[in-house]
Amino acid sequence: MKKVFLVKYGEIAIKGKNRYLFENKLVAIIKTSLNELGYFSVKKEQGRIMVEPSEDTNTDAQIIINKLSRIFGIVGVAIGSKEEEISIEAIKRLAYAHMEKECLHKTLTFKVATRRADKRFPLNSMEINAQIGDYLLDEFAGKVKVDVHNPDVLLTIELRNGTYVYSTTYKGAGGMPYGTNGKATLLLSGGIDSPVAGWMTAKRGVEIDAVYFHSPPYTSERAKEKVIELGKKIAQYTGSMNIHVVPFTEIQMTIYEKCPHIQLTLIMRRIMFRIAEKIAIANGSMALITGESIGQVASQTMQSLVVTDSVVTMPVFRPLIGFDKEEIVQISKKIDTYETSILPFEDCCTIFVPKHPEIKPRLYIIERSEEILQDTIEDMIDTAIAEMEIIQVI
Amino acid sequence: MKEIYLDHAATTKPLSKVVETVADVMLNLYGNPSSLHKKGIEAETIIKKSNQFIAQAIGCSPDEIIYTSGGTESNNTAIIGTSYAYKRRGQKIITSSMEHPSVLETFKYLQTQGFEVCIIGVNKQGYIDVEALKEAIDDKTILVSLMHVNNEIGTVQAVDEIGELIKHKNKDTLFHVDAVQSFSKVPLHVKRAKIDLLSISAHKFYGPRGVGLLYKSKQVRMHPLMYGGGQQKEIRPGTENTPGIAGMYEACQYVTSHTSLIANYSSCKEHLAAGILSSIPDTFINGPPINEGAPHILNIGFKNVRAEVLLHALEQKGIYVSSGSACSSNKKSYSHTLAAIGNKKEDYDNAIRFSFGKDTTLQNINDTLSVLREEVALLRRYTLGGKHI
Repeated sequence: MKKVFLVKYGEIAIKGKNRYLFENKLVAIIKTSLNELGYFSVKKEQGRIMVEPSEDTNTDAQIIINKLSRIFGIVGVAIGSKEEEISIEAIKRLAYAHMEKECLHKTLTFKVATRRADKRFPLNSMEINAQIGDYLLDEFAGKVKVDVHNPDVLLTIELRNGTYVYSTTYKGAGGMPYGTNGKATLLLSGGIDSPVAGWMTAKRGVEIDAVYFHSPPYTSERAKEKVIELGKKIAQYTGSMNIHVVPFTEIQMTIYEKCPHIQLTLIMRRIMFRIAEKIAIANGSMALITGESIGQVASQTMQSLVVTDSVVTMPVFRPLIGFDKEEIVQISKKIDTYETSILPFEDCCTIFVPKHPEIKPRLYIIERSEEILQDTIEDMIDTAIAEMEIIQVI
Repeated sequence: MKEIYLDHAATTKPLSKVVETVADVMLNLYGNPSSLHKKGIEAETIIKKSNQFIAQAIGCSPDEIIYTSGGTESNNTAIIGTSYAYKRRGQKIITSSMEHPSVLETFKYLQTQGFEVCIIGVNKQGYIDVEALKEAIDDKTILVSLMHVNNEIGTVQAVDEIGELIKHKNKDTLFHVDAVQSFSKVPLHVKRAKIDLLSISAHKFYGPRGVGLLYKSKQVRMHPLMYGGGQQKEIRPGTENTPGIAGMYEACQYVTSHTSLIANYSSCKEHLAAGILSSIPDTFINGPPINEGAPHILNIGFKNVRAEVLLHALEQKGIYVSSGSACSSNKKSYSHTLAAIGNKKEDYDNAIRFSFGKDTTLQNINDTLSVLREEVALLRRYTLGGKHI
C-alpha cells in the first residue's frame, strides 16, 4: 500500500490532438514545483496525473496539497492509497485501511463510487460499489451507515494500472498549465488590482513578466521592496517572474514641467505604456496586462482607457475590466496579495496626481500637449530602458 | 558614496568595544547567573559590576536596577506595574500629550482597565503646562509619567522642578521619567529630581539592541508583568541577558567618560541649524530654541516639501535622517508630537529630524547643508497636488 496524490485536471482533458502538449507541460511543472519538497514520481495516467512520494520522502501531505493546488491547470487533488494488484482483495484492503482512519473517533455515513479505466475487470462499477459497501458495513458494523445522497465520506475507487482509493478531493487553482498560452507583460504597481490582473491572466496559462516604474525619491526603497514582495506572491503560482524596474523620475518631472497639469496622469500613463510595450517586444510578450477596471479612477474612464490604448499597437488585456473593487479585494485575499498591497508606501501613481484630473480626455488634445515632449521623450524612454534593473523573483 | 548617518535618535551604531564585549561574554561567560557553580558566579559578577556602575551614573543604589529588553518594556513595566500595585490608593494617572507611543498606548490600555487618565498639554516649544500639572495632581493621583527629552523635537523638560512640584502636591504620587533619549546627553540624577522610576535603552548610546533598564526606587511596590523563576526580585523574571547587559555596561562606561561628546553634538546641531535657517528660505525650527533643546536633536520644517520625499532624496546622496519618528514610518499618520505642539496641518508633513552622534563631524554637516540646499530647491519646483494652469 503506497501513498499517492491523484491530480485531476479539468479543461485540458477535453482538448483534441494537442492534449499531450498540455499534459506534458503540466507534468513538467508539477515536477519542478515539488523539487524542493522531496523525491516524487510524477506520471501521466488517463485523465489523471499520479504523484507518488518516494519511500524516504516524509513531507507533510498538507504541504504537498498546498503546493499542488496552486499549480494552474489542476482542478483538484486527492490524497489516496495505491496497490499494484488489481483485485477485489486489493480494493478491500485499501478501502478498509481508509475507512479505519476516517471513523476512528466518530460514526459516519458513506458511499462507494467506482471508476473503471480498466474495463477488463470482471465486475462492473455498480457491482464493485455493492460488494465493497457490504464489506465495509460488516467490518465496521455500528460505526458506519450508507447514505447515497449526502455521505460524510465519498469513498472513491479507481481501477487503472493499479488500484486507487481516496475520499477527500481538495480544490485546485484551475485554469491552464502555465506557459501554454504565450507570454504577456504586466504593468505592476504596488496596489491591489495589478497583482490580481496578473494572476488571472497567468491562470489561463499565459507566462507573465512585470514592469514597475520606480520614481525615487518620490517612491521609496520600501515601495520597491513591496512590489518585489507582490511579485513573489504571484510567483507562488507561476514558479518565477521577471520584474523590470524602470527609473521614471526624470520623465515624470519633465511631464510636470512641460505639460498641462490636469493631463499629467494620462500623459504619464501613455509613456508608461510605450515603455512597457518596448520591454514586452524585447522579451517576447504578445500583449500588455493592466489592473484597470472601468470608471474606478479618473485615468480609468472609458475615454481615458481609449486615449492610453491608442499609444500602443499591442493588445492590452484588462482582466478586471468589469469587476467592482470589492470583488477584486476578494480575489487578492484569496491569492494572498492583499496584505502586501495595502502597506502604505507611496507608489508613483499617487504622487504627481493633479487635484482635478481630466476625466474625458480627447486624443487630439492630449497629442497636442505631448508635442512639446517630442524632441526629448524618445531619448528619455531609451535611457530609462537602458538603466532598468531586472529582478527575478521565485 | 560616503555615508552620513544623522539618525542617532532612532538608533546608534554600537561601539566596536561593545560588540567585542557582547561576543566575548556569549562565548566565554555563558553561565546562567542563577547557577550555583563558578560559571554562574562569573556571569553574576558582570551584572553586579554593571549595577554598581550604572547606579553611580544615575544616582541610585545598585539594587534599584532592573534589566529589561529596552525602552518599551521599561515604560510598560513602570506604568502598568505601579498602577496595578497602587490602585487601591487611587485611580488617577497623568502623562503628557507628547510622550512616546510606549507610554501613550500604555495609558490608553490602562484607561480601558478603569484608570482615570489625565493628559497634560504642551506649549509650542514642547514644554508641558506646569500649572495644569499642578492642578491635575490630587490625592487620588498615583503616577505622573513624563519624558525627559522628547524624541522628535528635543524639548528638555525641567524634571528637577517637576519632581519637586509633584512631591509637594502629593508626596505619595510616583514620578516616572522616560529617559531613553536623554541618558548621557542631558545630566540627570534620580534622587535629586525625586524620580521613582526611570527608563533607559542601550541602543540609543552605542550599546546593543534588545537591552535596557528600569530604575525603581526601593520604596516603590510593583506588580510584575511576567511570572517566572524569581529573577530580578520577581519583577522581571527570566534568565538575565548577560551579554546584552555587559554590552550596555561597556557603552555606559564610554559615554560617561567622554562628556566632550555633548559638545560635539551641540556644535553640529548649531552649525546645521544656522546653515539651514540662513540659506534655505521658508524653514523653521520645531521645538525649543537651539540652545535650550537636547544637544543631539534638531527638527526643522521645510515649507512646501514633503518630508518623506526629502528623506529619500537625502538617502540617495547617502544622508540618513528621519521624518517625524522612525516608529511611525510604516503608518500613514502624522506625528502626534507635531500635533501636540500645535503645528498647523500643513506643517505636520514637512518636518525632518536630524540627530547627531559621536562620529558626526562639521564636515558632514557642511556636506549635508549643500545637499539640502540643492534638493529642497529642486523638490519645491515640483509641488504636490499639481499647480493650476
